[in-house]
Amino acid sequence: MGPLLKPALHILATAVLGVLLAGALIRMAPGFGIDEREFDLRLNDDSVRRIRAEAGAGRSLWSFYVAYGRGLATGDLGTSRALGRPVSELLRERIPITLGAAGAGLLAAWTVALTLAMVCVHCRNAVVDAACGGFNALLLCLPAAALGLLTMLVSGQSGRAAIVAAAIALAVMPRLFRLTRGILAEAWSSPHVACAMARGISPVRLMLWHILAPSAGPLLALAGVSTTLAFGAAIPIEVVCDSPGVGQLVWQAALQRDFPLLVNLGLMVCLLVAGSNALAEAASGVVGSAGRGR
Amino acid sequence: MTSVRRAAAILLASIYVVCLFPGWVAPFDYAHQFRDLVAAPPSARHPLGTDALGRDSLSRLIYASRVSLLLAPAAALLATAIAALLGGVAGYCGGGVETVAMKATDLVLSLPWLFVLLIARAWMPLSMLPWQTIGITFILLGSFGWAGAARVICAAAASLRSSDMLLHAKACGCPRWRLFAMHVLPNLRSILLAQFLILIPVFILTEGNLGVLGLGVGEPLPSWGNLLRELMNLPAVAERPWMLAPLAVFAMVTGCFYLLTSPGDYA
Repeated sequence: MGPLLKPALHILATAVLGVLLAGALIRMAPGFGIDEREFDLRLNDDSVRRIRAEAGAGRSLWSFYVAYGRGLATGDLGTSRALGRPVSELLRERIPITLGAAGAGLLAAWTVALTLAMVCVHCRNAVVDAACGGFNALLLCLPAAALGLLTMLVSGQSGRAAIVAAAIALAVMPRLFRLTRGILAEAWSSPHVACAMARGISPVRLMLWHILAPSAGPLLALAGVSTTLAFGAAIPIEVVCDSPGVGQLVWQAALQRDFPLLVNLGLMVCLLVAGSNALAEAASGVVGSAGRGR
Repeated sequence: MTSVRRAAAILLASIYVVCLFPGWVAPFDYAHQFRDLVAAPPSARHPLGTDALGRDSLSRLIYASRVSLLLAPAAALLATAIAALLGGVAGYCGGGVETVAMKATDLVLSLPWLFVLLIARAWMPLSMLPWQTIGITFILLGSFGWAGAARVICAAAASLRSSDMLLHAKACGCPRWRLFAMHVLPNLRSILLAQFLILIPVFILTEGNLGVLGLGVGEPLPSWGNLLRELMNLPAVAERPWMLAPLAVFAMVTGCFYLLTSPGDYA
């Protein structure tokens, strides 16, 4: 129970902290609790009072937390002010789109980054290293939004989901490449690899069993971090590619100061990040202990 | 210094010189409109053509470089100062202070940075004067970009904590604040400089993303972010590929910064 309890508590603490901070942000924001309908001269005093009560004007931070917690317990995440729809409905519609695009992008980024890193480490050739490093550096120098625009320009704007996935892959890949190359290069320089090479082990076996296997722990830990990178890249890419995912929703909520939506998105991001990190950490620990056992 | 790094340094220095005196270098004012030359192709008078509002693209690029290239280091300075204070104090004090500070750092590091920036930007008024948006954008970058640097600085300060130099100073009765200000911080100078340089391209890239999203520097003031926003009109970019010039300059400058800060990788 111990090994499961600690990550679960960590995820819970991160989510609670995220909600507390987002709630405080809402309360402090200029214009909190003011509804535009209050300025409608056709409404009488009773109607204005009711609107103020609905908007929560004068409600303290603690009562906001209590109300939000109660709603959360019953599955009610509130209603988006800007879009006029239940937040849970919006999230249900958009999460699969972002998860699909980010998942495909991450898979592609990991495949390319790991392949390039293995080629660089195995060849140990200045030209190959410079070519891979140069390609990686070019991608690293462009903002994710520009990568999204360039991908759309090159692909002729066809297949929006594929474009978003490709752009996320291009944004995440250079960061993964730098780190994976470092991890694999460190494994390559260890004495057991020199010994295996001296015994004439085939390059494929050497890479799979003597370099990749001992590096599995750090690589899995990196997988957790890459989720955060992918979600961060998804925000501008979904906006420029006009993909109706969570990234675009974050942007819309920020532009329209839709704080109920922002609080829930904050909670979702905290849970996603803490959950993926905890999962990666646990997998890394399991692989590490299995490696020590061997 | 390798020849590639030297070339990057010279190129950056030349761009900075141009940025410092845009009024002398730019052929026109960034807001001046040529209403009979809307979206014009490159010519001798307008080497990068004009934008959709008839403004000279080269002049806007030069003024945009001033905003992005001078304020990104300012934001990096702010972030490094916060990191030096937080990371330095955490590393120097150790114990509970270090644990709490590093937990907070981990939390900030684990959240997608752009998401945090968007939430913080939403907290502020959206309609502001252009010069106010410059301040807000770069203050936000500086205020939220300290976490990675703080972690490195904390580790460096923690290694100094048990050094002979500090033990000797403590034994001589040196007060704690003086130890921190006069003995710990000066010894972290090289790390602080490295973190400062690393943060500059990161902030340039983030300003680019914020600009494309319409949450960066406000029009008519040009910045690299809002120049990149013009690329959202993809049919126009396909017709007029010279519109990609700001992106090429952006990539070149960021690349120069990366070359200077990570020499082992690509030089």
